[in-house]
Amino acid sequence: MKGLGIVTTEASAEPTRRDFLFIATGAVAGVGAVAAAWPFVSQMNPDASTIAAGAPIEVDLAPVAVGQDIKVFWRGKPIYIMNRTKKQIEEAQSVALSSLPDPETDKARTKEGHEQWLVVIGICTHLGCIPMAYEGKYDGFFCPCHGSQYDSSGRIRQGPAPANLPVPPYQFVSDTKIQIG
Amino acid sequence: MSGPSTYQPQSPVMKWLEQRLPIAGLVHSSFVAYPTPRNLNYWWTFGAILSMMLAVQIVTGVVLAMHYTPHVDMAFDSVERLVRDVNYGWLLRNMHAAGASMFFIAVYIHMFRGLYYGSYKAPREVLWILGVIIYLLMMATGFMGYVLPWGQMSFWGATVITNLFSAIPLVGDSIVTLLWGGFSVGNPTLNRFFSLHYLLPFVIAGVVVLHVWALHVTGQNNPTGVEPKTEKDTVPFTPYATLKDAFGMSCFLLFFCWFIFYMPNYLGDPENYIPANPGVTPPHIVPEWYYLPFYAILRAIPNKLMGVAAMFGAILVLLFLPWLDSCKVRSSRYRPLAKRFFWAFVVTCLLLGWLGGKPAEGIYTILARVLTAAYFAYFLIVLPMLSRVEKTLPLPNSIADDVLARSNASGATKVASLVAALALAGGLLLGGSGNASAAGSEENVPPSLQWSFAGPFGKYDRAQLQRGFKIYKEVCSACHSMKLLSYRNLADPGGPGFTKEQAAAVAAEASIKDGPNDAGDMFDRPGRLADPFHSPFANEMAARSANGGAAPPDMTLLAKARSYDRGFPQFIFDFFTQFQEQGPNYIAALLQGYEDTPPAGFTLPDGSYYNKYFPGHSIKMPPPISEGQVTYEDGTPQTVAQYAQDVGSFLMWTAEPHLEARKRLGLQVMIFLLILTGLLYFTKKKIWADAH
Ligand code: FES
Repeated sequence: MKGLGIVTTEASAEPTRRDFLFIATGAVAGVGAVAAAWPFVSQMNPDASTIAAGAPIEVDLAPVAVGQDIKVFWRGKPIYIMNRTKKQIEEAQSVALSSLPDPETDKARTKEGHEQWLVVIGICTHLGCIPMAYEGKYDGFFCPCHGSQYDSSGRIRQGPAPANLPVPPYQFVSDTKIQIG
Repeated sequence: MSGPSTYQPQSPVMKWLEQRLPIAGLVHSSFVAYPTPRNLNYWWTFGAILSMMLAVQIVTGVVLAMHYTPHVDMAFDSVERLVRDVNYGWLLRNMHAAGASMFFIAVYIHMFRGLYYGSYKAPREVLWILGVIIYLLMMATGFMGYVLPWGQMSFWGATVITNLFSAIPLVGDSIVTLLWGGFSVGNPTLNRFFSLHYLLPFVIAGVVVLHVWALHVTGQNNPTGVEPKTEKDTVPFTPYATLKDAFGMSCFLLFFCWFIFYMPNYLGDPENYIPANPGVTPPHIVPEWYYLPFYAILRAIPNKLMGVAAMFGAILVLLFLPWLDSCKVRSSRYRPLAKRFFWAFVVTCLLLGWLGGKPAEGIYTILARVLTAAYFAYFLIVLPMLSRVEKTLPLPNSIADDVLARSNASGATKVASLVAALALAGGLLLGGSGNASAAGSEENVPPSLQWSFAGPFGKYDRAQLQRGFKIYKEVCSACHSMKLLSYRNLADPGGPGFTKEQAAAVAAEASIKDGPNDAGDMFDRPGRLADPFHSPFANEMAARSANGGAAPPDMTLLAKARSYDRGFPQFIFDFFTQFQEQGPNYIAALLQGYEDTPPAGFTLPDGSYYNKYFPGHSIKMPPPISEGQVTYEDGTPQTVAQYAQDVGSFLMWTAEPHLEARKRLGLQVMIFLLILTGLLYFTKKKIWADAH
């Protein structure tokens, strides 16, 4: 601050090329310092092999019977694939939207024609624990960490979690096979 | 200097802080108001440059450690993954690797400056000794850092250097075992070296603080060696020294960036692109260039214990320098004899460095012995003698007097030295381009071919890379693996320019082992983009037994792992012409170097072939490719010469996939630094205008 003070007092007496030179040098050096910092920040992002390893995966649904679920990993995240029972589907479809903390229809969370399949990212939206399937009061998931309860559509019903379990991007490639990602 | 600070805090916050922790006052008195001799030349900016390099090494090192795996099976690959896959990984790695060399260049200049101007003399003995300690720590840190990539030179360097301690009588072997943490250099060694390599730079930083503290107590020496007497002899550190240092650092960065962006492998050893192999020692074990003079001293002495003692003695003698040279006059400027001996000593060190890189035999050993004697004589005989007999020149009355006298006389010498420097640089450039073509004419030296990726604006020829890939796929891949390359790389920018779909199709042709599945079985599946290239053999033993005992080397890094000596003075010209193409030259030459009948007197072992360019000439690989073997759809001639060049080009890309990005960013950085350096130069001139 002191140095700058000296410069400005002189500047008011004589607005010169000298000031311009100092400001230009300082500005160029500053730009350089910021640019030089960029690689050091950018290197923290996922590297090319990690991104490549996050490519879509295919999952065979044939072995999953009604009332069962499997857990697969995609991009390091556990994904629940649940073959829901009739009862579960009905419960999920009949609940009044107005009673949900994060209103979303079951239709919007499943694929048309494949309503028995629920595919959700199994990470509690509270603080990241993994909820247990077929536990809790709503025939869905129960997170043991702080007691969040999700229903059979993976929607939050009770507890500290603010949002529904997210649905990952996926589509059916055949009746018994989905591609996640 | 030290003592009560003249700093007067302005704001109430700073006043409050200053009464509790006078840190602003400390910074002010050390780096703002601190009086610095007004006659310091640019050799004095190397202190600031060294601080900058220490910071660069620590920052880049901390980042590299985020991606490095200190395990014998993974270290080499993790470094390559860092270079290939991490954003700007290649840049950070080049900065750190070249940075080590820059650090040593700067420290040697800094030390020779101290030697020339007598900066070690009373009252600066402790300052000097702290400097020697920093230098020793730097050597230890540099050595351990070189081990971490776990290449051939890493491994064998570690073996040779740790074995130095076995020369110690009685306890030597126990010490070596202790250093290794095993019966040989292995995983425990690598782990502890990694730990210490991370620790020591912070120790260095601590000693640097002491070094700077000692400096600020005694004040800086200066080219006259006369202590400042009045205010007129000094200028405040800021802005005068700060800007001069900034300009010096900017110039040094230009030099540094030349290596980072254009000559990243110039100072490294190609052997270190071969993963460590405890069963095979490379034919020439050489340490990094900055240890070479001491390595020459080690080898000059035919007795193990004495050799090691001489090597360490060569460094430790520096600690006693303040007492070996007792002449009252500091600066060699006023010591005509000492000045000559100083330059003779510089030449001795350079020659020792050159000898350290030569094989220890014949004339080289004799020369090394003479020069080792000269090295020690300088410290133990010449300097003590000179202190007694030399007639020194009259010293100027004060620094201000000297500055005045010199500014009257300096104009002409400045112009002369500038002209000389330009003439030298021009000569080197001319010599470089002239010799580049001549270098290949000698027998058994691979001819220098024209490569599209050579030079500062070089780019890969996409069509050529695609042809090279075709040859790899149809011919080389039958025996050679390409482990560090993934199928996705084929579609990367700056590569052969395949589309994602084409690359995926190539991947799908391969069958990759995966598993275990739910039943616990391994299974085969078609390759995906994320898979690394499929290897022709399951493991090295299989490769060995299928190929007459010689495992075909992995090809990914071959273009950087193979080289040949360019010799003196060619290697100096190479620096200016950015010649980096030994690898592809060698590969192209090797493919064409087969001769049906070996020259008379050469006995070829059974199952081997004669190749002009292969070291030792007896190679296990049969001539791999013949005219017309691979069909080119684009009408390129299907000759062996063309195949050889296409393969060379392709392998350069697999070894250096970010070459184009590197050179592109290099140009931007160079232009930026030239502008910054110019601006700093004029700013510095403006500021100093009223000091003269
Ligand atoms: S993390 Fe699931 S309830 Fe807190």
